[in-house]
Amino acid sequence: MDFLNLAFWTFVASTAGIYAIFALGLYVQFSMAGLPNFGHVAFMAIGAYTMAILVVRYSVSLPVASMAGIAAAIVLALILGIPSLRLRADYLAIATVAGGEIVRYLAMNLPDLTGGPIGSIGLLGPGQIALYNGGWQRSLDELTTALSAVIGAAANRDLTMALMVWSIVLVLIVLFRRLERSPWGRVLKGIREDEMAVTAVGKNVFAFKLQALMLGAVLGAAAGLLLALQIGVFSPDDYQPTLTFYAYLILILGGMNRLWAIPVGAVVFSLLYAGTRFLNFFPLSLIDSGSRAFLRLFLVGFLLVLFMAVRPQGMLGNRRELLLEK
Amino acid sequence: MLEQFAQLTINGLITGTILALTGVGASLVFGIQRIANFAHGEYLTFAAYAGLLLNATYGQNLVVATAGAMAATAILAVAIHFGVLRPLRGRGLVATSLITVGIGLMLRDVIFMVVGPQTRQFEIDQTAVYDLTLVRISPGQAVAIAITIVVAPAVALLLARTPIGKAMRAVADNRDLAAISGIDVERIGTYVWLLAGALAGLGGTMFAVVQGTFDPNLGFQVLFLIFTTVVLGGIGSAYGALMAGIVLGLAMELSTWSGFAGGLEARFKPVLAFAVLIGLLLYRPQGLFGRARVF
Repeated sequence: MDFLNLAFWTFVASTAGIYAIFALGLYVQFSMAGLPNFGHVAFMAIGAYTMAILVVRYSVSLPVASMAGIAAAIVLALILGIPSLRLRADYLAIATVAGGEIVRYLAMNLPDLTGGPIGSIGLLGPGQIALYNGGWQRSLDELTTALSAVIGAAANRDLTMALMVWSIVLVLIVLFRRLERSPWGRVLKGIREDEMAVTAVGKNVFAFKLQALMLGAVLGAAAGLLLALQIGVFSPDDYQPTLTFYAYLILILGGMNRLWAIPVGAVVFSLLYAGTRFLNFFPLSLIDSGSRAFLRLFLVGFLLVLFMAVRPQGMLGNRRELLLEK
Repeated sequence: MLEQFAQLTINGLITGTILALTGVGASLVFGIQRIANFAHGEYLTFAAYAGLLLNATYGQNLVVATAGAMAATAILAVAIHFGVLRPLRGRGLVATSLITVGIGLMLRDVIFMVVGPQTRQFEIDQTAVYDLTLVRISPGQAVAIAITIVVAPAVALLLARTPIGKAMRAVADNRDLAAISGIDVERIGTYVWLLAGALAGLGGTMFAVVQGTFDPNLGFQVLFLIFTTVVLGGIGSAYGALMAGIVLGLAMELSTWSGFAGGLEARFKPVLAFAVLIGLLLYRPQGLFGRARVF
C-alpha cells in the first residue's frame, strides 16, 4: 500500500480520535480516581453489542439504540463496581480483567443473543447477513453533502467521520478540563492520593469512585459505538483484553495526568500502530505480513514496559503529580 | 452416569494437579515479590514450545522434553526477574501489574512471530486410548499423571522439609520476621523465581500434552485459572495453592456432570471460573483456608 494514501490516513485519524475517547474514560477512572480498571474494553463491547442487537433484531432507531448501549454500560459499571470497588489495587486489576473476559466469553457463547463467535454479522442467525450501520452511513452521507458545500470536492465520508470524531474529542477535553477543576474532580484526586483523608472530611468515597467508574463507562461505550459504526462489523475477538492496554499505553505515552496529552498519546499510538505497516526495510522485511499484527502487539508491550521503566510520567507528564508510586 | 462421574473426576484431578503445581509457584511469587504476574501464562506458553522443540525437533521423549522445558522456563523467569522486575521494584502495585502485562504481550507475540499461529502437537499417539473399564485416558494424560505423581510430592517435600523451602514459606508469610531471623530475603526471592519458572515449565508442557493441540494463546487462556488457584489457596500460601488447584480442577470438570442438576454446558466453564475468581477476591481474599489479615 502506498504510504501517502490519504484515505488510509483519514481512517487512521478517526480511529485515533475514537481511541482518545476510550482513553479519556480510563483517565477519569485511573488518572483521576486511581482505579486500575483492567477491563475497560468490556464497556466498549457492551455498548456495541446492545446497539447492534437493538438495531438489527428490534429495528430500534440508531440514536435510541446508541443511548441504550450507553445505558447498558452504566448498568455493567454498577454490577462490576458495587462489589469490587473496595478491593486493593492489584485485586481490583485482576477482578476487572476477569469481568471483561466474562463479557467476552458470554458474547462468544450465547449465539442466540449475540451472533456467537462470528459476531455482529450473524445476529439474524445463519445464512443471513445482519448489518446495523445503514442509518449511520446515510446520516454520514448527508453530513458529507453539507461539508462539500464548504470545502468542495475534497469532502468524503471518511473525512466527515474524522472531523466529527475529533470535534467530539475537543468538546470532551474542554468539558473534562472544567470537570477536573470542579469540586467533584478535586475530590476524586483527593481519593486517589489519600482515601482516608477524604473519608475523614465527610465525603462518601465509595459513591465518588462509583461515579468515576460510571462516567468512564459512558465514554468507553461511546468509543465502542463509534468504532463499531466506523468499521461496520465486529466479533467477540475484537474485544480482547489487549484493547484496554492500548488505552493505558495512550495515557502513558501522552502523560499520565495531563488531560491535553491524551489526544497526543492517541495520535502517537495510532501512528505507531498503523505505521508498522510501512516498515518494510531490513531486518523487518524478514517478517511476513501475517506476522505484522504480532509485531504491533509486541511493540505495545515493549512501549508499556519501556515507559513504565524510564518515564512513568509519560512524554508530557509531570513527575510531581504521579499516582503510580503508591 | 457413574462412568461419566469417574471420567470427570480423573480429568479434574489431572487438570487440578497441573494447576496446583503451577499455582504454588505463582502464589509464592505473589506472596514474596508482591507481584500479580500477568505474564505468568506466557511462561507456560514458552515452556510448551521449548518442550515441543526438544520433543518434535530433537526427538527426545516427553520426560526429557518436560525437564528441558522446566530448566529453560526457570532461566527465563530468573532472567526477567533480574533484567526487568527487580530494577523496577518499588514502582507500586499498579505500575508493576502494567509492566507484567507488557512483558506478557512481548513474550506472547515473539512466540507468535517465531512459531506462527497454527496449532501444534507433541509427538505422541493422539488417537490411542487406554481403557481402564471405568475410565479411559489418553497417552498424554497418562504421561501427565506419571510426571505429576513424581513432581507433586517432591515439591511438597521441598517446601516442608528443606531449609530453602521453609525459608520460602517464611518470607512469603512475613518478610520482615524472616529477614530478622537471618534469612537472605533477596536470595530467596531469586530461588522463588527459579521454582516458579520450573513449575510454570512443567505446567505449560503438561497442559499442552493433555490438551493434545495448542497454539501460542495456551498460557493466556489458563492465566486466570492460575490466578484463581492462587487466590483460592490464599496468596503466598504454598500448601493452599496445592489444595486449591486440585479443588478448582475437580470443581470445573464436575460442574459439567449430568448428575449435578443436568450439568453446566462445557462452554460456560471459563465463565464459571472467572465468576469464582471475582467472588473470591471480594469475599475471601485470604483464600479458602487462610485467616483474615491485612496485607
